[in-house]
Amino acid sequence: MPSPFEPPPIDPPPSGRYDLRVLLTRRGMAAGAVIGGVVVAMVAGFAWAGGFLTPGRLDQTRLIAGFEAANGAHPGFRRNHAKGVCLSGWFDSNGAAAALSKAQVFRPGRVAVFGRFALAGGMPRTADKPATVRSMALNFTLPDGEIWRSGMNDIPVFPVRDARGFYEQLVAATPDPKTGKPDPAALQAFLKRHPESVKATALIKAAPFSSGFADARYNGLDAFFFVNKAGVKTPVRWAMVPVDAFAPAAKTAPEDKNFLFAALTKRLAAGPAQWHLIITVGKPGDPTNDATLPWPADRQTIDAGVLTVAAVEAEAAGNCRDTNFDPTMLPAGIQPSDDPLLSARSAAYSVSFTRRAGEPKTPSAYQPPHGA
Amino acid sequence: MTPSFSPLSRLLHWLMAVLILAMLVIGIAMVSSLGHYRGLVAIHRPLGILILILAAIRLINRQFNPPPALPRAMPKLLQAAAQASHWVLYGLMFALPLVGWAMLSAAGNPIVLAGAWHLPPILAQNVALYAVLRPAHTVLAFCFFAVILTHLAAALLHALIFRDGVFASMTVRRSHSS
Ligand code: HEM
Ligand code: HEM
Ligand code: HEM
Repeated sequence: MPSPFEPPPIDPPPSGRYDLRVLLTRRGMAAGAVIGGVVVAMVAGFAWAGGFLTPGRLDQTRLIAGFEAANGAHPGFRRNHAKGVCLSGWFDSNGAAAALSKAQVFRPGRVAVFGRFALAGGMPRTADKPATVRSMALNFTLPDGEIWRSGMNDIPVFPVRDARGFYEQLVAATPDPKTGKPDPAALQAFLKRHPESVKATALIKAAPFSSGFADARYNGLDAFFFVNKAGVKTPVRWAMVPVDAFAPAAKTAPEDKNFLFAALTKRLAAGPAQWHLIITVGKPGDPTNDATLPWPADRQTIDAGVLTVAAVEAEAAGNCRDTNFDPTMLPAGIQPSDDPLLSARSAAYSVSFTRRAGEPKTPSAYQPPHGA
Repeated sequence: MTPSFSPLSRLLHWLMAVLILAMLVIGIAMVSSLGHYRGLVAIHRPLGILILILAAIRLINRQFNPPPALPRAMPKLLQAAAQASHWVLYGLMFALPLVGWAMLSAAGNPIVLAGAWHLPPILAQNVALYAVLRPAHTVLAFCFFAVILTHLAAALLHALIFRDGVFASMTVRRSHSS
């Protein structure tokens, strides 16, 4: 059987072989159609894979556009957790988590840490309020150069289960251009479609807010897997639990628009603030794919060590401002779970980071006094 | 008839063709997928670095196994276009992974290949530079795809229209015709 690509060697005159007028013959047109068909099929496949054929789909670009619509344009700032300050310190591991995770960070010893305290929300100049959700984001650089990043909030569960829920909530909370306020009916409709968010919001409301950044407990919320030397995988959640005694949040907001940040600076002037890294060990059946659900309160916990925050400084070039605290940046020994929020966060933070990286910068709202 | 590429050259060509096309699809798919982003990026990084290594091996192999001459009858302009396009393809085989590596360095992000295995940054952290390199990675990737499509169309033109043995020089030839 002759191969379709290797014709019998009846050489046409050499001058004619490369004469493209052959494309006008029947044979030429048939070949041209085959070539064109292959190219068109590949372009179509590429376009399909890239989502160009389904422009209405919720992807990371659209999700970030949702933040921008809800909060307005604030070039140079994060699309969420926009108002913040950089922190620096260290983590002293006591070795207690090493049985569950082979990550270097859990061997006994100290690693340097930098990070960021922030308010949830996409407005970089918003006024601090007693019940604003606060966050702690951390970067651990391990001795072998591996990096662990984590972003944690001071709420007990996350209000939405997945990116779709987050987006719908954002859209419902976007001010109506006519009234300048979100439409209450839209929020009601959102809650009706998302009973898991109703339950989670009730848990969040029931947990009292602390008075400041230093006495807040920051929860990782998403589940992860710890993997030890033997390869055993354990579902975990983690939290930074403050050493400072809990004081309830003020009833009304003080005059100072940055009172939460100012109080933190003042607190650190009196000495470092500390948190215990508490690992909650999940049992088979505990949901790893749903951050709206708490785990049973009786789960075993491990105190893995102490985080010391020694200082804060204003966001500036090269510090926490220019860092993407993507929760899927993990060292060997910690793996992401099947929680859909993790991939969605990684994707959305990348778009937010890329946009702000290329935008002009203006000084952050809160500037701690020098030497703080 | 044009003599064939060495078996190693052909192996590298087709292995890399599959990997590069897969990389383009993975790349374009991950930046518009919330659900698959994390998993796809985790494949994208090591696969991209593998392509960089294979490209270096391929370039070295090319010194030892130079490509066969194109058919003498092929018009000089066409020959020059073929050769130029091959160098553009080589350039992109190096440029894409290097820009990928460089942009993650400039972002200050970890460049994890697998487990604890990671690459050092090749640039100091500089987000303004990241803001240039990141879109450059996209533009280069689209150029790569366009050049590959042209290259593929040209290869099929050799196979179906010119029938000059150039296509077979990169594939397999029936034994008696070599
Ligand atoms: C699909 C759900 C979520 C979306 C779309 C989302 C979106 C975002 C975005 C766009 C940023 C700014 C990123 C940057 O520019 O660097 C951000 C920051 C942050 N998010 Fe989320 N987020 C989600 C879920 C969560 C969850 C579950 C947590 C808590 C565990 C969380 C905690 C944080 C923290 C702590 C920051 C601030 C990090 C920093 O200070 O740089 N987020 N989020
Ligand atoms: C990802 C895609 C591809 C890349 C990067 C690529 C790259 C190259 C390069 C650099 C050469 C020059 C020879 C060398 O140094 O290895 C070449 C030759 C060749 N390629 Fe590809 N190629 C790709 C895909 C394809 C496809 C899909 C086809 C066929 C349908 C094809 C057919 C050929 C042929 C026939 C030659 C021989 C040309 C000659 O003799 O000069 N290639 N390719
Ligand atoms: C042959 C090699 C490569 C090809 C063909 C390729 C292709 C692509 C494509 C098509 C995209 C999507 C661009 C867009 O539409 O915006 C992309 C994004 C990306 N690539 Fe590559 N790439 C290569 C190598 C690498 C390497 C070696 C790395 C890192 C080590 C890398 C890291 C990335 C990252 C981080 C993104 C973007 C993720 C985001 O912004 O969310 N790439 N690449």
